Amino acid sequence: MKERVFRWLSRFPLHLVLIGAALVWLTPSVGLLVSSVRPYEAVIRTGWWTVLAHPFDFSQYTLQNYREILLTQGMAQAFRNSLLITIPSTIIPIGIAAFAAYAFAWMEFPGRQVIFAIVVGLLVVPLQMTLIPLLRAYNRLGLAGSYVGIWLAHTGYGLPFAVYLLRNFFGALPRDLFESAYLDGASELTAFFRLALPLSVPALASLAIFQFLWVWNDLLVALIYLGGTEEVAPLTLKLSSLINSLGQNWHLLTAAAFISMALPLVVFFSLQRYFVRGILAGSVKG
Amino acid sequence: MRWRSRLTPWLYIGPTLLILGAYLVYPTLSTLYLSFFDKRSENFVGLENYRWVFTSSAMHVAFRNNLLWIVLFTGLTVSLGLILAVMADRVRYESPVKSAIFLPMAISFVGAGVIWLFVYAYRPPDTPQIGLLNAIWTGLFRQEPVGWLQNRATSNFGLIAVGVWIWTGFCMVILSAAYKSIPRELLEAARVDGANEWQVFWRIIIPTMKPTLAVVTTTMIINVLKVFDIVYVMTNGNYGTEVIANRMYKEMFHFHNFGRASAIAVILLLAIIPVMMVNIRRFQEQEALR
Repeated sequence: MKERVFRWLSRFPLHLVLIGAALVWLTPSVGLLVSSVRPYEAVIRTGWWTVLAHPFDFSQYTLQNYREILLTQGMAQAFRNSLLITIPSTIIPIGIAAFAAYAFAWMEFPGRQVIFAIVVGLLVVPLQMTLIPLLRAYNRLGLAGSYVGIWLAHTGYGLPFAVYLLRNFFGALPRDLFESAYLDGASELTAFFRLALPLSVPALASLAIFQFLWVWNDLLVALIYLGGTEEVAPLTLKLSSLINSLGQNWHLLTAAAFISMALPLVVFFSLQRYFVRGILAGSVKG
Repeated sequence: MRWRSRLTPWLYIGPTLLILGAYLVYPTLSTLYLSFFDKRSENFVGLENYRWVFTSSAMHVAFRNNLLWIVLFTGLTVSLGLILAVMADRVRYESPVKSAIFLPMAISFVGAGVIWLFVYAYRPPDTPQIGLLNAIWTGLFRQEPVGWLQNRATSNFGLIAVGVWIWTGFCMVILSAAYKSIPRELLEAARVDGANEWQVFWRIIIPTMKPTLAVVTTTMIINVLKVFDIVYVMTNGNYGTEVIANRMYKEMFHFHNFGRASAIAVILLLAIIPVMMVNIRRFQEQEALR
């Protein structure tokens, strides 16, 4: 008994640090969530933590902020825009990269290694290096402020990493598998669709989640190529302009911020394993 | 048949090469070229833009701040990530603690910006403080409220704290995986031989995890060099918080000086290349070991 008490006491600092860290990390987000469901008068008069005195008094909460921000401030439209931008910007680069990665992994052609090294080398290029020439070209071609323009931009920026990741994954599949498939008369296309892709579902899922979150949370690319066009602005762009226009209206700003986070949080909690793997693999993305 | 099998690989990689050429290779070369021209890209000015990058006071502030970010942000994210990874391994509630700390990785920098603008919110003295930090500062420490992001003494630290809040979980998860792959017998043997926990940490855990620590550190440095969203959203580089990437955006969109903006981008690329090289090399070593 005495020994157990001693053991617990000696581990007390460990628990204190860990639980303390978890609380410090969660508190800012909790403050956002709580404030987003409090009425304006309450938010400006008292700190959000005062609700903790009687957290189950539901009369102090309201959904009015969400109604206002979605309908009159255009967040609903921005949410739709974010989906319209993010879904194709995830599918297109992964589709294109899968073909290239397959060729780099399993086909023989002159210059294979060199070209692959160049593709990987492009990981070092920061987005900033491409903005001016591309924006100028977009303005000439009328692609600025269009969905197609931003889909292609995200495709370009996402490709080196996607090719790199998938090439490594395809390359690690057993060689015999492909050789026996070719012996059985399978074409390259059949081997790609029937063997390589189905066997790579975990890698594809991680990559898709990574690219999805990257595009959903992106501000810079949207700012450059869609900046100023309200009708196509995604959540991040909308939110950053609300920070300026709403100023101290924290009840609305917090609700808007929470809307922009809702989908990533759902992905985080439901697909945590792929999510973590995707983020980890993405650590080399430029 | 023969030409067909020769053509097939090019059909597979064709779209990738086309898009990479248009979106990365050509613009990079073009930016390099533009960095030697004046603001409207009409007259050749030689190294004038680079001279400006290295001598103007605006860029000095940006370089200084990026350096401050490198030291504080990288140091804090990596060390906190390591400490939390090692500590969390010893308790039964490891996974909820890790989830709580990893959670901000799911959120956009803009969203994180709003969360922290609210934490730092300032109200005049003698009115109720609704920002958490000023509430603690005035309530617990009995001090006058501070405009954390508007005060030059604290603004950079306020922004760096947001970065640390976002990225510590990332470092922790990677370092945790590396820590768990250290053979338990190795640690036990050291303890049996009389090493205390402190010695085990410094003499065994740290040296064994060195390759992973290097990858995590370089990844954080690359993040810092390109840091943009947090600064753009929270202070837009005011109050002494300017950073390289935000300055480039300003040169491009506010001052329409494409020569200077291009030169800044080139400097950014040159700063990233060596760090990225280390990163890719380490990453491939790890791949090879798997």
